[in-house]
Parts: sequence; C-alpha cells; structure tokens
Amino acid sequence: MMADQRKTIRVDLQLIADMIEPNTRVLDVGCGDGTLLDYLGAFKQVDGRGIEISMEGVNACVSAGLPVIQGDADTDLADYPDDAFDYVVLSQTLQATHAPRQVLEHLTRIGRRAIVSFPNFGHWRVRGHLFLFGRMPVNKTLPYQWYDTPNIHFCTIKDFVVLCREMGVTIERSLSLDHGGHRRRIGSHVFFNNILGGQAVFVLSR
Amino acid sequence: MDSPNHNSAQGTDLPKLADDQVRLDAEGPLRLDCGVALDHVTVAYRTYGTLDAEKSNAVLVCHALTGDQYLAESHPITSKPGWWELMVGPGKVLDTDRYFVICPNILGGCMGTTGPKEIDPATGRPWGLSFPVITVADMVRAQAMLIAHLGIEKLFAVIGGSLGGMQVLEWAASYPERVFAAVPIAAAGHHTAQNIAFHEVGRQAIMADPDWCGGDYQSAGKHPHRGLAVARMAAHVTYLSETALHRKFGRRLQDRAGITYGFEADFQVESYLRHQGSTFVERFDANSYLYITRAMDYFDLAEAHGGVLAEAFRETPVRFCVISFTSDWLYPTSESRAIVHALNAVAANVSFAEITTEDGHDSFLLDEPEFREVLQGFLNGAADHRGLPRGRR
Repeated sequence: MMADQRKTIRVDLQLIADMIEPNTRVLDVGCGDGTLLDYLGAFKQVDGRGIEISMEGVNACVSAGLPVIQGDADTDLADYPDDAFDYVVLSQTLQATHAPRQVLEHLTRIGRRAIVSFPNFGHWRVRGHLFLFGRMPVNKTLPYQWYDTPNIHFCTIKDFVVLCREMGVTIERSLSLDHGGHRRRIGSHVFFNNILGGQAVFVLSR
Repeated sequence: MDSPNHNSAQGTDLPKLADDQVRLDAEGPLRLDCGVALDHVTVAYRTYGTLDAEKSNAVLVCHALTGDQYLAESHPITSKPGWWELMVGPGKVLDTDRYFVICPNILGGCMGTTGPKEIDPATGRPWGLSFPVITVADMVRAQAMLIAHLGIEKLFAVIGGSLGGMQVLEWAASYPERVFAAVPIAAAGHHTAQNIAFHEVGRQAIMADPDWCGGDYQSAGKHPHRGLAVARMAAHVTYLSETALHRKFGRRLQDRAGITYGFEADFQVESYLRHQGSTFVERFDANSYLYITRAMDYFDLAEAHGGVLAEAFRETPVRFCVISFTSDWLYPTSESRAIVHALNAVAANVSFAEITTEDGHDSFLLDEPEFREVLQGFLNGAADHRGLPRGRR
C-alpha cells in the first residue's frame, strides 16, 4: 500500500533496486524509513529485513509492517549466520560506521552479494571546495558541518577499490552517479569516475 | 468453590464447570515438566470477536503474573475494565471485527483454570501446596490443549507482555508450526538474578504471614492477606520507574499538612502502595502467586535448548515482533535485544522496537501511542501476509 503512494524513490535507491533479482532475500542495513524495503517488497516480491539505528526510523518501518530491528551496523551484524541473505544492502551508511572494513567483511559474509553505496569524497566539487575555500565541503550530498556530522569515515571511489583489493573482495559491478543522476560504469576507469562521480554503487562478492 | 457440585465423570467427582470453563479430558493428561501427569485439566477462558470459517484469524493473548482472562470486559470481582480494553475491541489494535481473540487464565492461576486454589479431583480438597510445581512450558501446553479443543490448527498470532511474553516465546519455540506471528512484549528469554530476587521477597512475605497456614489456609478458612499485599507492594514498585514514581507522587503527603512522626501512610506513595496491596488480595490467591512466580523464575529458554537461545528458534517460520520499553528495568531492553540477536542468528523474520516512555515495565498495559502504532503496524502487515480480510472500520 505504501509503495503505491511513492513509486518514485531516490535515484541511488532505484539504482540499487534495479540490481536486485526478484524473489530474493535482502537485508537492508541502515534502512532509514524503509523506502527501499517497501519498494522491493511491492515490486520485486523480495523477502526483506532491515536494521536501522534511529528509533524513529524503526518505528516508522514496523508501523508500516516492515520487519525491521533497531540495531547498529557496527555491532549487530556479527549475529547473522553466513550466506543468510541473497543481498545485503548498505546504502549511504558506510561512511557513518566506526569500523567500515569490519562492516564490509560482515556484509560479504552474510550476503551472497553486498551492494554498497556511498558519497564519493574524491568528486571534483569536494576537491574544488577544499582547494578554493580551504574548508570541509557542505552540499546536497554532504549536508553536515564537520562538527555535527554522523559521517566519520569518508572515502573516495579509489580508496574503496583499493580496500576491496586488500580484502580480497570481488567487485562484480560498479557504477558512479553524478549530481544530475547520470550513471557511469566505473570498471577500470577509476581515475575519471573518482573525479566525476558524486556517489558510487558497488556490488561485491567473496 | 467451598462446596463443589458433584457431577461424576470417569468415576471421579469433578466440580461443575462454569460457562467459560472447559475440561480438557480429551486432550489430556497434561504432562508437566516436573514429571507429573495432570488429569482433568480445566481452563477458564474468554473470547472476543468471531472465528472465521477457515479458523485462521485466532489471536491468543497470554496474560501476565497477576492478569487473568478478563481482557476486554468488566472484571467479575473488581468491576474494573478489562486489563487490555485499550487494545482489544472493534476497530482497536486487536480489532475484534478482524480477529478472534482468545484469552485463557494460565495454569496455576486463580480465576477458574486448574491451580492450587482449585479442587484436586483425587482428594476432593483444594490442591494447596500439593499442586505440582509448574513451568511456563506447562502453561503453554495447557493453552495448546485449549487451542486444539477449539479446533484451531494455527494461531494467527500469540501476543503477551511480561510473563505473557515468556509464554509467547515458549509458544514459538515449542509449536512453531502452530503460530504465524509472535509478539513478546517487555519480556526476557530467562529470569535474571534480580528477577528471582524480587520474587523471593514476595514469596517470603506470603509464607511469613501466619494466615498462610503452611499453604493450607483454605481448609483453615483463612487467606494470608497481609503477606500477599506486601508481595504485591514490593512487586508493584518494580513495575514502575523512578521517574514515574517521582512524577506521580514526589514527596507529597497524603491528606495531611505535615509529617506525623509515626508509621501511618504520611506519603502519597505509601498510601498508593497500600491501596494496590489491599485491592490485589481481593482478587488473587496467595498460593497461585507462589506457583506462578516460581514458574517464571524457572524460565530459561536457552537452557532448555543446549544453552543457546538461538537453538530455540532454528528454522522458525514464525514472524516475530519484539517490543521493549526504555524505562523498564525489570525486563530491560537488553533482554529483548538478546532475543533479537538469537533470532537474527537463525535469520528469522523479526521486527524489534524499543518504545520511549517513562512508565516502566507496566507500559504495555497503558496508553502509549507509539506502542499502539508499532503493534498495529506489525499486526496489519502480518495479517495482510496471512490473507486475513481487513476489519469493517
């Protein structure tokens, strides 16, 4: 019912939703108000679960009939067994975790595939902002001042690719998204996408 | 039941049943964890709403330690509204236009279900302390017998707070194929040392009352009112929170201008607790209090499954909604979270919400809008999955 009222979802969520096969099991880590889970349930018949740190988000989800628990990506992923889900989604949350590498290890352990999206700190606007003004960037994608941001572990697309290599994680697909919503395949073109991509979406597997 | 009516059944004199009681001889005997097989188990229960033709819309509500089957109607002894009247009724969270709600008095209770107050069919006298020690699993077995008697193969939901929540967990662990959705509220997978400690205070208060008569007060025509009232007073404090007590009473005096330098109820909080104690003894049996608190103390779902709580739920098809309250220090959120962790470990379908409130453990009995929304949302979602038609309203 909810999905009928909002068939359009955020462009990065739509991108993730398009990567998920119908009739699969999905865990959305940091699911917010449940937009993606709701969409996946309505349009892809997905058996979805969520973890959300904010109580407002959790209560909104449960009140809407979505199976969501109050929890923390840094502490609560350890409970889940290996290969419990077809996909584990971490959308725009990695940069807010205390131990991103550990979280990524859990994601690829719990899910056959992990789908991770994050804001790219290597984007030209971020670089330009730092270069020209000498201050931490504040814009639509990164709306917080440095002193009250939940985002404590920013990375660039290149940083992320290097970490995946170090962890021995396979990058199955990678896309960048610019501020106009245009998507580009990253593949081996890390250098350009690291400048042009406002956000990135990676599909990972072990 | 001073003079039981003697209607002969299977050669034994059994008390006559009231309209809302059923004797589960066909489903019995009830095999208890302590090894005793209990014959002629009687369960008193109330229902609200209508069971649909497929018998798919039944919701079992499990009551707490001092609750009973009078869920959504005036209580026959106290004339007070039902203990969950806020939640149960047409158009309410447990919509009786949509669901068939069943609430049985638990085994060991004192409102018509087999318990220490009732007559032992073998002797014709009240059970008293000769009643076998029961467990939460035994309570659930008795309920399962009732549900079988009603011809219901699968409950749409089992819901309960506190001890009711423990029964919900036991239901899901023991009869996963007979439960579609389970909602343990303000509960725990085991009783902690603190929980046991408070119960022991209550039991000792009862047993210290000379009118307890070694448990045989019914024969002596007495009831340990003072001991039971003290037990209730101590327990009642654990159901609230310091913030709630402060807000309700502070250090305000009861109908007096100053302290009296005596031991009357100078403070409002004393007067309130004394009232709680004295009204409780009108409707509750002291031995029932001993037996039920014992059952709660013995509850440890993990221990019953090799020490690993998750093993209680392996491969469970049940959808869970675990709910806790921020100010509940009797069964704190950490206990609910342990249940959620166990359910996650077996990748069960689980929702978990912690409701922000100052009202302590008893919040599940009170008007908490956020709690109502979460429960309603979960039930609606589950009912849609189960294919139950929406209520009329």
